[in-house]
Amino acid sequence: MAGGPAGLEALIRGSLDRCVKCTICETACPVAAVTPLFPGPKYVGPQLERFRTGHGSPDASLDLCSGCGICTHVCPHGVKVAEINALARAAMKRERGVPLRDRIIARPSVYGRLATPVAPVANALLSAGWVRALLQRTLGVHRSAPLPRFAGRTFQGWARRHRPAPADRAVVYFHGCSTNYFEPALGERTVEVLEHNGLRVLVPAQGCCGLPLQSNGLLDDARRYVRRLARALAPYARRGYPIVATSTSCGLQLKREAIEILGLEDDPDLRVVSERLYDVCEFLLLLHERGELRTDFRPLERTIPYHAPCQQRGHGVGRPAMELLALVPGLRAVELDVECCGIAGTYGLKAEKYEVAMAVGDRLFREVRGSDAAVCDSETCRWQIAHGSGVAALHPIEVLHRAYGLGPT
Amino acid sequence: MNDAVVVGAGVAGLAAAIHLARAGMRVRVLAKGVGATHLAGATVDVLGYAPALVGSPTEALPGFVARHPDHPYAHLGPDAVVEAVRWFRELVADLGYAGDPDRNLLLPTALGVPRPTALAPATMAGGDLAAAGPLLVVGIRALKDLHPRLLAENLRLAGFEARAVEVDLEGLPADLQSVALARRLEDAEVRKAFLRSLEGEAREGERVLVPAVLGLEAWSAVWEELQDALGAPVVEVPTLPPSVAGVRLARTLRAALREAGGRLWMGAEAFGAEASGDRVEAILTRTGGRVVRHEARWFVLATGGVAAGGVAADARGAFRETVLGLPLRWVPADGPAFLPRYLDEHPASRVGVAVDGEMRPLGPDGAPALDNVVAAGAVIGGAEPWREKSGEGISVATAHRAARTVLGEAGG
Repeated sequence: MAGGPAGLEALIRGSLDRCVKCTICETACPVAAVTPLFPGPKYVGPQLERFRTGHGSPDASLDLCSGCGICTHVCPHGVKVAEINALARAAMKRERGVPLRDRIIARPSVYGRLATPVAPVANALLSAGWVRALLQRTLGVHRSAPLPRFAGRTFQGWARRHRPAPADRAVVYFHGCSTNYFEPALGERTVEVLEHNGLRVLVPAQGCCGLPLQSNGLLDDARRYVRRLARALAPYARRGYPIVATSTSCGLQLKREAIEILGLEDDPDLRVVSERLYDVCEFLLLLHERGELRTDFRPLERTIPYHAPCQQRGHGVGRPAMELLALVPGLRAVELDVECCGIAGTYGLKAEKYEVAMAVGDRLFREVRGSDAAVCDSETCRWQIAHGSGVAALHPIEVLHRAYGLGPT
Repeated sequence: MNDAVVVGAGVAGLAAAIHLARAGMRVRVLAKGVGATHLAGATVDVLGYAPALVGSPTEALPGFVARHPDHPYAHLGPDAVVEAVRWFRELVADLGYAGDPDRNLLLPTALGVPRPTALAPATMAGGDLAAAGPLLVVGIRALKDLHPRLLAENLRLAGFEARAVEVDLEGLPADLQSVALARRLEDAEVRKAFLRSLEGEAREGERVLVPAVLGLEAWSAVWEELQDALGAPVVEVPTLPPSVAGVRLARTLRAALREAGGRLWMGAEAFGAEASGDRVEAILTRTGGRVVRHEARWFVLATGGVAAGGVAADARGAFRETVLGLPLRWVPADGPAFLPRYLDEHPASRVGVAVDGEMRPLGPDGAPALDNVVAAGAVIGGAEPWREKSGEGISVATAHRAARTVLGEAGG
């Protein structure tokens, strides 16, 4: 690569030397499984990388990579396939231009802030067929793709008014944009579950982690966003507070992806935040392992399918949600043996990728249908599951909240 | 706390973990990726060459271990090897494994070489070349990883009656890898096209060899439908990687682990451990910038050999066990070496940890190095699996013994 990449980027690109072309990643890639247009992660990654010599990518099929990260996850040789592809996709987009659509849908904190005061109007418009048809024609956002609804209030607003009970210990809650603008109730339940376990929950002002920008190839913007967020959270991390995240993908961004893909290993704020960052289920399970989690759950007699989203798997912490759900008497959580729901953040919103995303998720949708609810840790995956299957999709915290008897879900 | 933490999710790690979980232990398996089983032909090789072709592993093992006192089989004893292989056959009964260590099957490889193996999945076992009769090799043009004419010609050179046909399937891209093709063949329409292309091809009395691509999950139905339509026995032959049969085996093992209550942590690469005295307290992985400690009463090291990363080798010929830093044996004194032939006996080919009869890794003094660690699979040295054709046999039998040591029933 021209100029010579430094530090981590060199390590990531260097990891392709470990590729023995075993094709395990190809067998696991959910996109290659459903469309012949995507030749697979090994082809667009370790193989094509040899031809990317600073003069761009010789093959645009890379754009069909959804960035789910499963290729890196399954690689037995430690090749950072997904990270190589993310960097190459960003380079390709820099060269060929990033559509206006991608610049918009990659900024949930911006459109969240703008639409919240006018939520009823925004929601009505975004559910009107003619508006969606227009959006598809003009912007390229698929008319059927699952867009979230604006809550009309923010979680931050609730948190400012919330008066917690006194507690000895405290955690910081990184709620992310979706909880703030679309699902404030999830944030409220998270706080209540943590408080139920004797923790005070601090909710600092916080912005977007930059993940949607990053997956749309806007790396410079993503760096600005995530650095700002890390600056807001770092003082808490330095004081030793654990930081818990309910958005498993945004949590992974702070934990690992921003450092690796955006090459921010030298950002001291991000580094300390990364070390203190926990997915909320990971955190609760660690409490349980220390005997500090309350297990006064009411029985919930039901069987519920659980989907571990790709980004949750990227944490490398097993399936803490499954272990927590197993603590609820009567509740039988069944982990689905499927790779991906297809949405991959903003991928499945795009007109040219919608069909691929739906085909990826098809098997998951079929397995979920017939249940009264499904459980999944990632918001965009929940919206996609609900869209594709018609079954309500919950965050594991919402199930625990109900099992604790803290209120109806 | 975990009762046992297993490091590695290949055949050895998963077999040990399933055994422990079924015995009621709380088991966590740590793995950096899906494990090399996805690349394997899914047969269970126990002993194929010693060095002459082995007809019966059961009969050959006593002599073999007498000649190779450092081999893992020697630490286990011939009877235990045979018992463990039969135990594994039950473990993966969903795949209809056939065969027995009493008699090796001779199965055709993608190159048309008769290969000795003890167990094979239902779809492959019928290819035993010990049975007489002509063979028809069917290739699918879109699949570049199995060449039917090459396979048939080599079988003819080895003295078998074999011929080849290659069919085109409508609607397939020009180039497909095996797993993608297997997924396509689960589609009834693609299957119909496949059957149409084979109409009238099989002659009276022929067995039909096809690349192992007959479905990833619905393989049983695909296989039976093909046999019914052709009116002939159909036999899968493993392709170049990725291996559909290997993916089926890995999935079956992972499902068995889940069913038994064991938990698999993928993307969790073990990079070190904390020990106090002769006990390992915790194995370490990372999540982002943070270290995760995995505490347990027992640890099973099933990280594989040089190829899988359980043993690291550098260009100067230094070798290192990557998780616990255990001493390694059979390390060549003269540094790296290149040999003229790919499958020659290499000075470094036996490198690995040494174990006792309970699969406890040994320290430099020949006594168990740690109180609560056992090893299984290719991280154990002293064998040359690819020359002996003993890889899965070693994995299965050492895993079985290691699990029994943990369960306290190994004694003897």
